[in-house]
Amino acid sequence: MNADQALLAYVSRLGDNALILGQRMVELVAAYPELEEELANANFALDFIGQARMFYTYAGEIEGNGRGEDDFAFLRDENEFRNFLLIEQPNGHFGDSITKLVLFESFYLLQLEALTKCADTRIAEISARAEKEIRYHLRHNTQWFLRLGDGTEESHQRVQGSLDNLWPYTGEMFAADEIDGIFAEFFDGPHLEAIHAQWMTNVELIISQATLDMPEDQWMASGGKQGRHSEHLGFMIAEMQYLQRTHPGATW
Amino acid sequence: MTNKEWPLYEVFIRAKSGLSHRHAGSIHAADDQMALDAARDTYTRRNEGVSIWVIRSSQIVASDPAESAAFFEPAEDKIYRHPTFYEMPDGVENL
Repeated sequence: MNADQALLAYVSRLGDNALILGQRMVELVAAYPELEEELANANFALDFIGQARMFYTYAGEIEGNGRGEDDFAFLRDENEFRNFLLIEQPNGHFGDSITKLVLFESFYLLQLEALTKCADTRIAEISARAEKEIRYHLRHNTQWFLRLGDGTEESHQRVQGSLDNLWPYTGEMFAADEIDGIFAEFFDGPHLEAIHAQWMTNVELIISQATLDMPEDQWMASGGKQGRHSEHLGFMIAEMQYLQRTHPGATW
Repeated sequence: MTNKEWPLYEVFIRAKSGLSHRHAGSIHAADDQMALDAARDTYTRRNEGVSIWVIRSSQIVASDPAESAAFFEPAEDKIYRHPTFYEMPDGVENL
């Protein structure tokens, strides 16, 4: 794999994480328990989808075959998506959704911070914009995580369950593969060991503030970054792509 | 879960530096921080503000509509309190 191929793969992965998480959050639109949180969730989902569009548009330009954002989003199959397994996990209850966002966004914010300093100007610019959005998301979602963890006995137990269930999906975020390696070397990209250490420090602090127990070291799932997904992604993609697959080229 | 509603907060937005905060509306939230976030997500989505104040509606001391006669009517016939009896100097704008 050469540097350009790695760049394309890296940008495309950034888009996949943003799109699939945005799509997951869209599933909750009109299903939130409170109007104010409903608006927050919809805003956040749109932030992710906006980021996906920017990453996909750039990926299409790098590739140079005339593919645009819609081709990446709607005309690729499940195994071509390289998002983390964590992101495609079902929304579950409110505590599950919040915990998933806190775990991912704690990583994503560090990744974006590093990317603002990478050698690829376009990625740095997109990341600078996305970083502001995610910094606010994480602030908001962390507050919910603390409220639930340090809330009632029931909320504490349920969010501890969320944390324990989702923890095995966190390892994949830090498992560097060839693409991460080339991107770090040739484009001054993020070093995942350093991000892992910082993430662990940040997440341990939040978990202790939420009066929750750290999950034990354990087996970690992997495969999303290589296109091997859990059983959940296929259904999501089917729903998301239905219109374009049924009416190819349909526009507003 | 109880069905108890969260307290009501009033939201004030400053549209840009130099202007004062104006009442934008109200939201429900369980605590002050949540109120600030909800105000941000509800009332500044379209770039409406640079600063937000929130305050529990119950903390606002309001005038009583039943007393409006005593409160406001005495000012009605005191036109000398309006600065309308002065000649406007040339070159003064925005008045």
